[in-house]
Amino acid sequence: MPAADRTATTGRGAPGRPFFFGIGRLLKLDGRRSASGLKKAHFTQPWFAAGLLAPQLLILLFFFFIPSYKALSLAFVQIDPFGGRVLFVGFDNFRQLFGSAQYRYSAAFTLIFTAVVSIGTLLIALVFAFATDFVIRGRGLYKSVILLPYAIAPVISGVLWAFLFNPAVGPLAQLMHALGLEWDPNRRPMDAQILIIVAAIWKQICYNYIFLVASLLGVPQSLLEAATLDGARPIRRFFTVSLPLVMPVVFFLMVMNFIYALFETFGIVDAVTRGGPNGATNILVYKVFQDGFVLLDLGSSAAQSVVLMIVAVSFTVLQFRAIERKVNYQV
Amino acid sequence: MNQDRTLNIVCHAILVVGAVLVCLPLYFAFVAGSLTIVEVQQTPFPLLPGGHFFENLAESWSRGNFGRLFVNSIIITGGIVIGKLVMSLLAAYAITYFRFPFRMTAFWLIFVSLMLPVEVRIIPTYEAVADAAGPLRWLAGVTGLSGLVETLTGYRLETALQWNMVNTYRGLILPLIASASATFLFRQFFLTVPEELCEAARLDGAGPVKFFFDILLPLSKVNIAALAIILFIYGWNQYLWPLLFTTDKDMATAVLGLKQLVPVSDAEPAWNLAMAATFVVLLPPAIIIIGLQGLFTRGLVDSGK
Repeated sequence: MPAADRTATTGRGAPGRPFFFGIGRLLKLDGRRSASGLKKAHFTQPWFAAGLLAPQLLILLFFFFIPSYKALSLAFVQIDPFGGRVLFVGFDNFRQLFGSAQYRYSAAFTLIFTAVVSIGTLLIALVFAFATDFVIRGRGLYKSVILLPYAIAPVISGVLWAFLFNPAVGPLAQLMHALGLEWDPNRRPMDAQILIIVAAIWKQICYNYIFLVASLLGVPQSLLEAATLDGARPIRRFFTVSLPLVMPVVFFLMVMNFIYALFETFGIVDAVTRGGPNGATNILVYKVFQDGFVLLDLGSSAAQSVVLMIVAVSFTVLQFRAIERKVNYQV
Repeated sequence: MNQDRTLNIVCHAILVVGAVLVCLPLYFAFVAGSLTIVEVQQTPFPLLPGGHFFENLAESWSRGNFGRLFVNSIIITGGIVIGKLVMSLLAAYAITYFRFPFRMTAFWLIFVSLMLPVEVRIIPTYEAVADAAGPLRWLAGVTGLSGLVETLTGYRLETALQWNMVNTYRGLILPLIASASATFLFRQFFLTVPEELCEAARLDGAGPVKFFFDILLPLSKVNIAALAIILFIYGWNQYLWPLLFTTDKDMATAVLGLKQLVPVSDAEPAWNLAMAATFVVLLPPAIIIIGLQGLFTRGLVDSGK
């Protein structure tokens, strides 16, 4: 390598790649540092770099790209269960899927579940974060306790709540019975739905809380003092000064909560209701698993995967936007 | 200031309620875990713990085969943490510190994987693990390599290229590290490392290996530790993948084993054993979160950037 070649070059001189550049703009991955995220002082040993990249690229090829491609292609075929023959059927799987009342119910419930869990989690976490920001004594202790559920797997959260509200032995179910309330998540759909929502929120509050507490700490003291001099009381200061400043974090958390409720609550549903009673809590990600692995309806399951993929991609785009906004506001 | 004092009390009250909400399920789980099977079924449910916690712990430990499952969980979690850290550090180093053809292609190939969480491609990933050599067989067939080898040596390449990873540690680890989240994080961090460091290192004649180990790695220590904590919790708490990829009970993880202990409707309601086991299973991540709270919070907030 000639020495001149190895000295400073900005990574900007790369030949035009309009496609990638377009996504880059959309996702705002690079900010202002350098168009392609290459350090000014860099090395130029292509084979060495290839060796560094090889493990990541190979794993992605085998466990990401090939499976994703297969999921896409499976969605457009019908597999004959006896001969293993593969028949191209176009959009038939999707037509059947959207025509199925069960699927539409599952999609509608997933929507409600996701909205309730995301918004509920955020509001509760906001209240806790505000209170933590306000108190001085015992702050560390409260923080340690409230972020504890992060250690707990969604499925264990499900097990804990399934026990608490178990109609036969659960202490809280007994309390409800003693108060004269009917409660049986194994039979009453509404009860089962409430139960998985509670378990899902309980598990996710800590995540929102950590981010909110950290960002409230970052609100400039000078602004708060100025508001105090203007006679604003703490609650008013929170709504007029702190909350607008941490809004980017709130937006980010909203996106993360949606992703959590859509995809990561599998364990909760599996532990608490197994999608029942009678499909009442069959959220989309659980239905993919059930139709694919329990009912072995591969075509339909693949079509469902594709629908979820589209949802996931749109949320990731939103997530990047959220991250970018969060960074820009410097909170 | 009187109003502020009221608000202070209200805030403490809110936080106490929050703490109680967090602890209530754990407390009742502890109570249930310390009762006998007869006691756990009584109405009303006892409010104070009984004296059988360690008995139940021992019983559930042996009944759930947790000795073996803990070893599995530790190996799998360790594999995920180390595998993902090493892989992402190297890949992030390559795309931020090297200029080479197709750099941006590699960049986008890696980061596009952030788009699809594992949960949405369950079935094909299962196939990929059950038949990891499938793509290689296909490649050998398409390129005519298998025919060539067969005519030359009489050896069928198709039979050699069989690689089923169901019920193996590899099968549990590899699909879970096939995402770019950590790579993205390290890339963002490397971009904030001062340019002068690499320039100076190069002036002193340091090559890429020396620069990486002597300068970049020590600088990233805190980030690596913080991310390792997040990855540890992520790995330990995996449920869906182990559920699919282990048909052999001896290859299950601790979280899966706990799920097996939970009574279903017709079985003997041994909630006392299940709840005692819950504490064993959530102990490792809980210790880490409580013991390394500062690092953990930092890792979490960083990984959201």
